[in-house]
Amino acid sequence: MGAKTLYDKLWDEHVVRYDDKGTALLYIDRHLVHEVTSPQAFAGLRLAGRRPRRVETNLAVPDHNVPTLDRARGIADPVSRLQVQTLAENCAEFGITELGMADPRQGIVHVIGPEQGFTLPGMTIVCGDSHTSTHGAFGALAFGIGTSEVEHVLATQCLIQRKSRSMLIRVEGILGPGVTAKDLALTIIGGIGTAGGTGFVIEFGGEAIRALSMEGRMTLCNMAIEAGARSGLIAVDETTLEYVRGRPFAPQGARFEQAAARWRTLVSDPDAAFDRTLWFDAAAIEPQVTWGTSPEMVTPVNGRVPDPRDEPDPVKAEGMRRALEYMGLTPGTAITAIRPDKVFIGSCTNSRIEDLRAAAQVVAGRRVADNIDLALVVPGSGPIKAQAEAEGLDRVFTAAGCEWREPGCSMCLAMNADRLAPGERCASTSNRNFEGRQGPGGRTHLVSPAMAAAAAITGHFTDVRAL
Amino acid sequence: MDKFENFTGIVCPLDRANVDTDAIIPKQFLKSIERTGFGPNLFDEWRYLDQGEPGQDCRHRPRNPEFVLNDPRYQNAQILLARENFGCGSSREHAPWALADFGFRVLLAPSFADIFFNNCFKNGLLPIELAAERIEALFRTASGPEALRIAVDLPRQTLTPAGGEPISFTVDSFRKHCLLAGLDDIGLTLEHLDDIRAYEDRYQTQTPWLFPENDPETP
Repeated sequence: MGAKTLYDKLWDEHVVRYDDKGTALLYIDRHLVHEVTSPQAFAGLRLAGRRPRRVETNLAVPDHNVPTLDRARGIADPVSRLQVQTLAENCAEFGITELGMADPRQGIVHVIGPEQGFTLPGMTIVCGDSHTSTHGAFGALAFGIGTSEVEHVLATQCLIQRKSRSMLIRVEGILGPGVTAKDLALTIIGGIGTAGGTGFVIEFGGEAIRALSMEGRMTLCNMAIEAGARSGLIAVDETTLEYVRGRPFAPQGARFEQAAARWRTLVSDPDAAFDRTLWFDAAAIEPQVTWGTSPEMVTPVNGRVPDPRDEPDPVKAEGMRRALEYMGLTPGTAITAIRPDKVFIGSCTNSRIEDLRAAAQVVAGRRVADNIDLALVVPGSGPIKAQAEAEGLDRVFTAAGCEWREPGCSMCLAMNADRLAPGERCASTSNRNFEGRQGPGGRTHLVSPAMAAAAAITGHFTDVRAL
Repeated sequence: MDKFENFTGIVCPLDRANVDTDAIIPKQFLKSIERTGFGPNLFDEWRYLDQGEPGQDCRHRPRNPEFVLNDPRYQNAQILLARENFGCGSSREHAPWALADFGFRVLLAPSFADIFFNNCFKNGLLPIELAAERIEALFRTASGPEALRIAVDLPRQTLTPAGGEPISFTVDSFRKHCLLAGLDDIGLTLEHLDDIRAYEDRYQTQTPWLFPENDPETP
């Protein structure tokens, strides 16, 4: 056998069979379920008289629609309430474990998987959500699927797949102080574009990646989908194993050591060939702020809003004009002159303990600026919330004038009550700045948690390194 | 799934790159637990002048005359002509459901986002990638005073614009087969249950921790 990439290894290990046209039946180890993309899949199972093939491989949690305030009062919006209730009923009927709204472990699906040790290296992991790429941080092959595939994996424990091409993104050097995995992710997307990874699985490697914590690696792999990639991947190392050790669903004791021995092989062979390789210099990366309506519309915080007249491609230039009109921005404006109305710290990209610590460090002893109507901090899960409170981070946030909420997807996509009003501008640690993403007419600027905190206290985008 | 039949349809040109799934079907409509009924809210924020909410009767909402779907030339369009990276963003299958529910059957673009592309085939929608120059030429014709009609022939893999030469396209052979036969993927996979069982038996001995239901060492 020739040298293999990490992706080759994960793929080969999970192929049940190939058909004569080269399409694979791929075995799926774990399936995460949430309330938005699953009801029609369960309805399909019921209609066909089918049952989940292995119920224990599924874990469900409501996250998109859950309120972040007054949870004891339930969900006010009847449509949201029905969707969350439907998940609970489906899980009860089919015997699937659900971490319901009242469960202390409840949280965002891509936060709780790793946190509970449900996500393990070497697995294939799917979920009816595009940010499933997050779990690739563990050397697992993880990707988002639609509802038809949710039903398919429930019924068969497999998916019909074709292998993607492989891309290696090597990030050499070390990120500077105040520069995070989020800035790295946005820099990469700005460089290759939101379709730059289409048709690829991207492995992130190099010194800067090895130096990232698991939280940082999850942020980076989370955003792989924003580059169009099917999955993001990071090789297993001791950082991975230390994170997984002792997690509730992870193997324990001798079984853990047996598993770890196998997991240590989940790296690309040194001479493995990739279809495409790109290099980035970590030391050159600065804190990033998006200015448009696609994550690729991004610039360093000390830059300016670009001018569509400088863009030679007419389709792109038209896209820029439309984006600037939607965002209410003028070409040439300094990014640091842009003043948000709201700040959102949370989402499956940036709601983990390290993210909250980074933001708290910036706001500590300061006050949210007068022009900021709301600075919302939404931890990714119940355990993260509890840990942050044990560390006193909640008091740091509330003393500064931020709101400290219950875990969920919240203002990342505004399916619950947390949303922007038309025309409102937000500094957000989430992953998408699409039109209307945080509420119809809302204007989103994607940033890291420290950068969101810096915007909250100064009232405009600010280079956090200068604070 | 219904079988995909050949047809001749009107082309609606949507001249924007990176059209995302939030634009195709805004999130307030994802709260439905049904698979149907999304068509009236397709491209809701662009198509209507007011703010859309679930459960509205869309027939009486003010329409945005600037938006292409409201142009009289493109009424009853079945072919959507789009720009690069169409369908990026969320994995929500509500996006192809909304397009199909509206009446679209074929999507033409220089490139599609991966998950969206996959989801289309599960819903009888045929997404076709064409070279950028070809898409550009189609935009010119389709934006003319008269709507462009194209005959779609999936078995032959051709698109024939009215009065023009056939354009051939590529499609994955397995997906083509499933579309033409209207096949249910799950039924197809379950034909290989013996292979799945054999795989599980083999895999379980190597990675017992992935089968906690059978592993005596599960805590």
